[in-house]
Amino acid sequence: MERNIIAINENELTFEPGETILEVAQRNKIDIPTLCHLKNTIPTTTCKICLVEIKGESDLVESCATKAKQDMIIFTESSKVIKARQKNISKLLASGNHNCAIRDFDTNDWTSFQLSVLKSDGKEDLCPVWGDCELQDLAYRYQVITRGMPLNECKYETERANPFIIRDFSRCILCGRCVKACREIQVNNAIEFGYSGKDLKIIAKNDAVLKDSDCVFCGECIQVCPVGALVPDKAFRDGRFTDTKKVRTTCAFCGVGCQVDLFVQNNKIVKIDGADVDLPPNNASLCVKGRFGYEFVASPKRLTKPLIKKDGKQVEASWDEALDLVARKLGSIKEEFGPDSQGFLTSARITNEENYIAQKFTRAVLKTNNIDHCARL
Amino acid sequence: MTNTIADIETSDLILVTGSNTTENHPVLSSFVKRAVLKGKKLYVIDPRRVGLTDHANKWLRQFPGTDIAWINGLMHVIIKENLHNKKFVEDRTENFEALKEIVEKYTPDYVENITGIKADDIIEVARQFAKASVASILYCMGITQHTCGTNNVKSLANLSMLCGHLGKPGGGVNPLRGQNNVQGACDMGGLPNVFTAYQLVSNDEARKNYEKVWNTTGMSATPGLPVTEMIQKAFEGELKSLFIIGENPLVSDPDLNHVRKALANLDFFVVQDIFQTETTAIADVVLPAACFAEKDGTFSNTERRVQRVRKAVDAPGQAKQDWEILCEIARKMGYEMSYENSQDIFKEIASVTPSYKGITWDRIDKIGIHWPCPDEAHEGTPILHTTQFTRGKGMFHAIDHTPPAEEPDEQYPYILTTGRVLYHYHTGTMTMKTDGLNMLSPECFVEISSTDAKKIGLDTGSMVDVSSRRGKISAKLKVSSKAVDGTVFIPFHFAKAAANELTNAKLDPIAKIPEFKVCAIKIEPGTV
Repeated sequence: MERNIIAINENELTFEPGETILEVAQRNKIDIPTLCHLKNTIPTTTCKICLVEIKGESDLVESCATKAKQDMIIFTESSKVIKARQKNISKLLASGNHNCAIRDFDTNDWTSFQLSVLKSDGKEDLCPVWGDCELQDLAYRYQVITRGMPLNECKYETERANPFIIRDFSRCILCGRCVKACREIQVNNAIEFGYSGKDLKIIAKNDAVLKDSDCVFCGECIQVCPVGALVPDKAFRDGRFTDTKKVRTTCAFCGVGCQVDLFVQNNKIVKIDGADVDLPPNNASLCVKGRFGYEFVASPKRLTKPLIKKDGKQVEASWDEALDLVARKLGSIKEEFGPDSQGFLTSARITNEENYIAQKFTRAVLKTNNIDHCARL
Repeated sequence: MTNTIADIETSDLILVTGSNTTENHPVLSSFVKRAVLKGKKLYVIDPRRVGLTDHANKWLRQFPGTDIAWINGLMHVIIKENLHNKKFVEDRTENFEALKEIVEKYTPDYVENITGIKADDIIEVARQFAKASVASILYCMGITQHTCGTNNVKSLANLSMLCGHLGKPGGGVNPLRGQNNVQGACDMGGLPNVFTAYQLVSNDEARKNYEKVWNTTGMSATPGLPVTEMIQKAFEGELKSLFIIGENPLVSDPDLNHVRKALANLDFFVVQDIFQTETTAIADVVLPAACFAEKDGTFSNTERRVQRVRKAVDAPGQAKQDWEILCEIARKMGYEMSYENSQDIFKEIASVTPSYKGITWDRIDKIGIHWPCPDEAHEGTPILHTTQFTRGKGMFHAIDHTPPAEEPDEQYPYILTTGRVLYHYHTGTMTMKTDGLNMLSPECFVEISSTDAKKIGLDTGSMVDVSSRRGKISAKLKVSSKAVDGTVFIPFHFAKAAANELTNAKLDPIAKIPEFKVCAIKIEPGTV
């Protein structure tokens, strides 16, 4: 009988036919690092970080693109694997403006550290994802020292000509995750690899800026970018994502009910991401409204006090005054004209619990069934 | 939806109609587009060349308001060619003979004449739909917002039952609900004729049970008024007070001129919202509410999945949660209504709502559950009607095509259809507070075909006056390949050029839904 079993780091694990080594590992919470793999898309093998050693084979293989085979014995952190990863991480660090992990400047805090880095490479922006970068994490994890490594100048200008997405090509490692997200997950088909060789670049159609392309600003590309090449514009201007509280909730726009993570700093939402890739209904995807349309929450235009109309003008009132008025008027109208002279429109925007209370209020207190909401509109 | 969102990707063929999915349900549209990438078939039937048509095997274009005709046409071909699922029809349905009789006259040529869809295309889609191992129907307001909206939906159900595509993975008749908790608002009895889980208010047993749980007596057994009729009653002076939560009818309702007069006629008008809107502006009392990020609770999505909502930030100023405000008013009116928190309310909901009975906040902490979920051991119901329909056997309804309430004529020669754009949501109360969204979609537009634009002698960017028998707005023309000659699209988001000044408030007699998707208009060079 066929035994669908492999060993990863001396743990015997079963696999489904067709599963890759990386998929088996991820399913069993064994961490194989990768910068280009994106779940539910076809592997590109561009980053060469997920290399593993298979007993009896001389060459390391890409675990994202190698199918598990019966009785394979796999090592994910052998010295050969580690050396290869170090080499490949170095290459990626050298490919662009990724000097954050390296030089031993004599500074204690990240800002002065980065300022010294800026001075050395003439770049004006601090890396917005410092501390939240998969490449930087790997450089630390594998202790990759790139001191003395020449910096590659980037010929492409940073693009800010749209309200939501900053594209900093100097930090792009050309892993292709954004292209996968755009073409295979969201299927918006807005971006692709363009040019070739040294000129290789992620481009929108005809190398236009995003706002003049087919891009619909779903921002899935930002969410999958492992480095600081794609960052949300507003969040970048608002500050860094350190000391944020993450709250899982349900998006408040359409009826799909996407699961979202709200990143909260000082009682303010600073960023929204799609929740886990395995979590229905959206599997981490969001649209432009769900990802970027959160500014209304902290808008200074929010209503903050009850208002009542006096002499034709709405003026601020206390809760007691306002609710006394409501209770008195509804009571007297019910008395004078009967319960069915009153109407209540509850809302498709509020929670189930609140809708339940609204119908309870209408039926048990106002004593009418004149309750509806905007389902038809 | 009878089926789940994830199910869409497993379908063999997807038929999308009356849904601009990529703009109104963008994340769900990805499931459709990925199915196409995997080689599944997609047919889009819509009056506009909406985004999904780029991914479709074929786009069929019907004249607005002729849906029953093309659906009957598909069924005519399927029955004629003996492609229907005889076993399903025999075992699971009734009244097939009446259906067969009514679709008899809907030959492909007859249908082409009514709908404008080529007879050959009717035949192709009919064959593909019937032969698919499993086919999913997705529809939205393009199907429902008609005076024949209920019959449109029944026709789609007929089609799916005829081919046995219901009650199994990848199939179903799937309405895409437009608002985050419109499903939940209906489930919770936010409707004039039902308590939670669609228990009729006229059912003595249900009502008595509610009176017991709510510790009250004398609740009305007569179904109330739907929103569209409340407006009419207010206009006529019979409705004296109106309490609105989180809704902006002075932009979202049909025939705004009429709505304005109706609301002005009220003796007492309360609006509870998170922003000042066109509607709060005329209220006698405005109550500040907390928004989704400021409270705990649950929403039920379009696939009937009950999911958690969690508080992330504090509400601004003195704003309160909607339920807290209502409880306080109830107490002031002499009715004791108090809860420790929102979770307590949910427990009461579960106790009176059969389809939510097995759901607890603990159970949906990580992942939501699809109702019906009758007990705490039940895993929920991702797919409805797997063994039988709610009424037992599925009933075929014999339905004839009926034309829209208002059709173009010499005076008003164009058809107007309304909807949303990707970057805004409903009346823009929320989305228009994000600068980036306003930059990408700054103002109203009148989407028109290049031929029609030439006829008027204007181009993209020109101001035009658009008028119907009910009102007039001014907006910029936008020539687009999405538009088909004779039909114009205007998004209804923008209060400054509110499409609903123009729309017709004629209702579907059963669902009381207005005919937003068809009315007659004229377009003239702008005076502004």
